[in-house]
Amino acid sequence: MKEHRFITFERIIKNGVVNFGRNIWLALAAIAMMSITLTILLFGVVANATFSHTVNDLTSHIDVSVYLKDNVSASQRQQLVQQLNATGNVKNIVYQDKATVLKLYEQANAGNTDLLTAISETSNPLPAKLIISPIDPNNLETIKTVLDKPANANLQSDPTSYSGDRKAAIDKITSATHFFEEAGIVGIAIFVLISMLIIFNTIRMAIFNRRDELVIMRLLGASSRFIRGPFVVETMLYGAVAAAISLIICAALFAIASQTLQASSLGLLDISYSGHFFRAHLWLILSGQIMAGIIIGAASSAFATRRYLRQH
Amino acid sequence: MILLDRVSKTYNRRGSALERVSLHIEPKEFVIIVGQSGAGKTTLFRLLTREEKPTSGKIVVGGIDYDKLKDKDIPMLRRKIGVVFQDFKLLPAKTVYENVAFALEIAGLSNAEIKHTIPKVLDLVGLKGKENNYPLELSGGERQRVAIARAVVRQPKILIADEPTGNLDPKHAWDVIKVLEKVNKFGTTVLLTTHNQEIVNALRRRVVTIKDGKIVSDRAVGQYKNA
Repeated sequence: MKEHRFITFERIIKNGVVNFGRNIWLALAAIAMMSITLTILLFGVVANATFSHTVNDLTSHIDVSVYLKDNVSASQRQQLVQQLNATGNVKNIVYQDKATVLKLYEQANAGNTDLLTAISETSNPLPAKLIISPIDPNNLETIKTVLDKPANANLQSDPTSYSGDRKAAIDKITSATHFFEEAGIVGIAIFVLISMLIIFNTIRMAIFNRRDELVIMRLLGASSRFIRGPFVVETMLYGAVAAAISLIICAALFAIASQTLQASSLGLLDISYSGHFFRAHLWLILSGQIMAGIIIGAASSAFATRRYLRQH
Repeated sequence: MILLDRVSKTYNRRGSALERVSLHIEPKEFVIIVGQSGAGKTTLFRLLTREEKPTSGKIVVGGIDYDKLKDKDIPMLRRKIGVVFQDFKLLPAKTVYENVAFALEIAGLSNAEIKHTIPKVLDLVGLKGKENNYPLELSGGERQRVAIARAVVRQPKILIADEPTGNLDPKHAWDVIKVLEKVNKFGTTVLLTTHNQEIVNALRRRVVTIKDGKIVSDRAVGQYKNA
């Protein structure tokens, strides 16, 4: 029994591979269709990753500066830092004392001699500050709530950088990026769904063209597994070849067109990242594409052959 | 070997195709079912291959009672009966050798057994040297002989041939009939449906005539006259 099963399995694989070669034109048509679909899908995934990268890059520059009064002691400052860390939304906090703030200010305005002269004529007017980098820029309110506590507000010489017009701008940016991230995920999901439908339909058409073979095999007494098996193997090969082709197309596209795309994106998107992402995840993408091609191919052919097997 | 007991088949649109047909065929017999187009020959054939179920009546083939046959056992039944179709039903993407081997592959025979058996069967049907040809490269008569080789390669006790000469010229038709006679000589029960008057009358075998879905005559050495 075990031997019989092994022979059957071996024949299913062999027949699938042989059929692939003998129905090469039909195979090429199906592979071309699957390659285009998988290329669009892969392009969508890389584009989404590039966009997410740009958004993350943008939001990683969002921080909150807290300006401390000159009389704030080290222990008071430490207490405030502890409270901020307790919010769970703090990536890190950098403390700059008055001297450091002044030094950085001077460096930033090195060309402006009038301003530097004015600053040097008085004692250091710039307050020490805490620079808070948030984990989630969409949730800055948790940090602001701590800073607005009366005891903590008393430690501050000026309003935080997350207030007024700047607060409004940050809120707008974060909500927009949030929206685009979600839209990207929805977009990919729709792409996946459409891709699956196109591939399924392509395979359904290929099997429809050869439905007589299915019926003949059935009339000769072949089991469903023996009939369906080679078709599944054949379409798995379609999927694997199409996945490899789409990967080559995308690699070529990113290699050739990334500079042109960078220019046309007006610097808004870091297009070079797409090539970097592609290279960094090459094996994951390759195995993912091939797995997707194989699974969609196998499931589609198994489903498409059922109809003809059931009728006879 | 084959028993039909008051078998009827009624279609919703076409109406009655077979009406209370009873027939008993002994092992090793060569029986010809004759009748005009639409008489019910093909319906009878489809009932025997279990492509369709009868509306009423009992069918027993090779000891298998079709009433008790489950869907999952149909492939097993078909492996026990050799079947030849009017339109050959060969697999176009397989060679002659592979088409015949397919019948053995689905039965789970080893590659060595297949390699050993096929040359003998191709020799029997006169297709030695055509092993690597595809069906489209063969004449109608050759294709039908491939179909017969495929049907007999498993050495079934029963061979059913539905109008196997229907698409062939007289010379090729006779080639096919000679092969069927040879198969019968080796002990296989043959049930042949045809409306070829010349063949029926020359064979001098048992002839069952069907008209409008009913058996109108059953003669041990029958003759047939086209109406």
